[in-house]
Amino acid sequence: MHRERSRFLSIMLFVGFTFLYVPIILLIIYSFNYSKLVPVWGGWSTRWYGVLFESPDVWDAVLLSLKIAVVNATFATILGTLAGLAMVRFGRFRGRTLFGGMLVAPLVMPEVITGLSLLVFFISLKQLFGWPTERGFTTITIAHITFSLAYVAVIIQARLTGMGNNLEEAAADLGAKPFKVMTKITIPMLAPGLLSGWLLAFTLSLDDLVIASFVTGPGSNTLPILIFSRIRLGLRPDINALATIIILFVAVLVAIAAVILFKQQKRDLLDQKMARMPEV
Amino acid sequence: MTDIGVFKIIPLRIRLAWTRFAGSIQSSWKTLVIWTPFFWLLIFFLAPFFIVAKISLAELVIASPPFSNMVQWVDGSVVTIRLVFDNFIYIFEDPLYARTYVNSLKIASISTVFCLLVGYPIAYGIIRSGPVAKPLLLFAIILPFWTSFLLRVYAWMGLLADQGTINSLLISLGLIETPIQMLYTEFAVYVGIVYTYLPFMILPLYANMEKLDSTLNEAAADLGSGPINTFFKITLPLTAPGIIAGSLLVFIPATGEYVIPDLLGGGNVQMIGRLLYNEFARNVDWPVASAVAIVLLLLLVLPMAVYQHYQAKSSEDT
Repeated sequence: MHRERSRFLSIMLFVGFTFLYVPIILLIIYSFNYSKLVPVWGGWSTRWYGVLFESPDVWDAVLLSLKIAVVNATFATILGTLAGLAMVRFGRFRGRTLFGGMLVAPLVMPEVITGLSLLVFFISLKQLFGWPTERGFTTITIAHITFSLAYVAVIIQARLTGMGNNLEEAAADLGAKPFKVMTKITIPMLAPGLLSGWLLAFTLSLDDLVIASFVTGPGSNTLPILIFSRIRLGLRPDINALATIIILFVAVLVAIAAVILFKQQKRDLLDQKMARMPEV
Repeated sequence: MTDIGVFKIIPLRIRLAWTRFAGSIQSSWKTLVIWTPFFWLLIFFLAPFFIVAKISLAELVIASPPFSNMVQWVDGSVVTIRLVFDNFIYIFEDPLYARTYVNSLKIASISTVFCLLVGYPIAYGIIRSGPVAKPLLLFAIILPFWTSFLLRVYAWMGLLADQGTINSLLISLGLIETPIQMLYTEFAVYVGIVYTYLPFMILPLYANMEKLDSTLNEAAADLGSGPINTFFKITLPLTAPGIIAGSLLVFIPATGEYVIPDLLGGGNVQMIGRLLYNEFARNVDWPVASAVAIVLLLLLVLPMAVYQHYQAKSSEDT
């Protein structure tokens, strides 16, 4: 199937991956620099990790961000899965074009527009209904769910089209009601998609700076907001240490998920092969 | 069987209510699946745009929130609707805004072209890799996409600074004597956008190339077409949907980018996302910020519609 990779392509791959990874690797190396000036090497040290662990505002921001990320990922996975099901399995329904448009738009919408519009929306809500009383955890989580669910829907749609609907139709033919088909057949088969969707929503939330900056209120600093306020003035060794921890945390999380998904995929293939074997 | 045993303990009334509830979920299941996310998006995604549009037509007032009310009571009974186009007129008359919009579109387009030039051979190289290397390389492309965007921009601050890695390296090699200013220039913004948006270009290209039929290339080679000719006559046209999807996925968000021009461009590079944020946060002029957002949205509506069209088409193909 595949043909030899030409030398040109191999060189491009090497250059491309160097470009992608060298900045991150250097960032990690400099987090172990003793010197207060980030780019000036002063010998190996874990000094800045110590500084990091002693600052309470960093811990507050970490906790707030993790809390938002978990709640966001859970809700975004539920809503995104429903949206994916609606788009792939339900054929034509009223408002499908608008619905599809609203599912795609958050993927490309500049963050400043989404952020500003959600902020003025929350303020108008407060004027009309007196809610949300203050901006922070709730408003950031709602904002994150709104764009994360679109990403989850993309993953779920791909998985749904990939797995076909033979089993669902068979179950329906045998008399299972739509709700039962959904809970007994579709959802278990979707499991790998649900896992990657949840994880993607989790990391998107952990990473968002712009939208959170718009919809947050005084005193509610998420981790990206805290990092941004510090690095605007230049390089900081403690931020290198924090960045290293975040990058390794996410990388390990994603690697574990990738291994699980890869094994699942292999098992799916095996099942399909077994299903095709003639009965003995 | 134990299910029924447990079930009997529950009072009849609750059991009936539950059956009715389950029944109603069963019967309205489809409506529920569609309308739960639909409703969420209508409220939290669509409705906010109308409020931005409304505020863009309001006046700036010194109050909290800092904009005037569009619907006003005159003489206690008559409702008048006041529309103020001043904010839009202001944006069109002040050359700063026009220049910033043009500059944003320019930076986003050039970055998109560079992303394509770098991303296309990478995607093609992954496609042509062996069965073991392929998933690993793909994973290596996706990984930076999952790790923090903000921190990847920060990593470039360390590379491009006057005392940063690149300048130190060039000085120690004796190529330059004094540091070249790279951080806080337009160059830094280009590097930052290409770097952070590269996975968004590669992934749609890869998805598109995976569907390519390599027998076409072989047929062309058998008929005497050289590799370069084959590439331009067959591969490039067939990957056009991937190129368009990837380019839009880079171009649209890059136009409104805030973090990269702020951190890597400093005050020296004006982009509309940064101007909007400053209008909102520093000048606390929400009506003008809203008008800036509406104009940006209007500029991007066409590319977004094209993207949506391709997205819908590619999901029908599979």
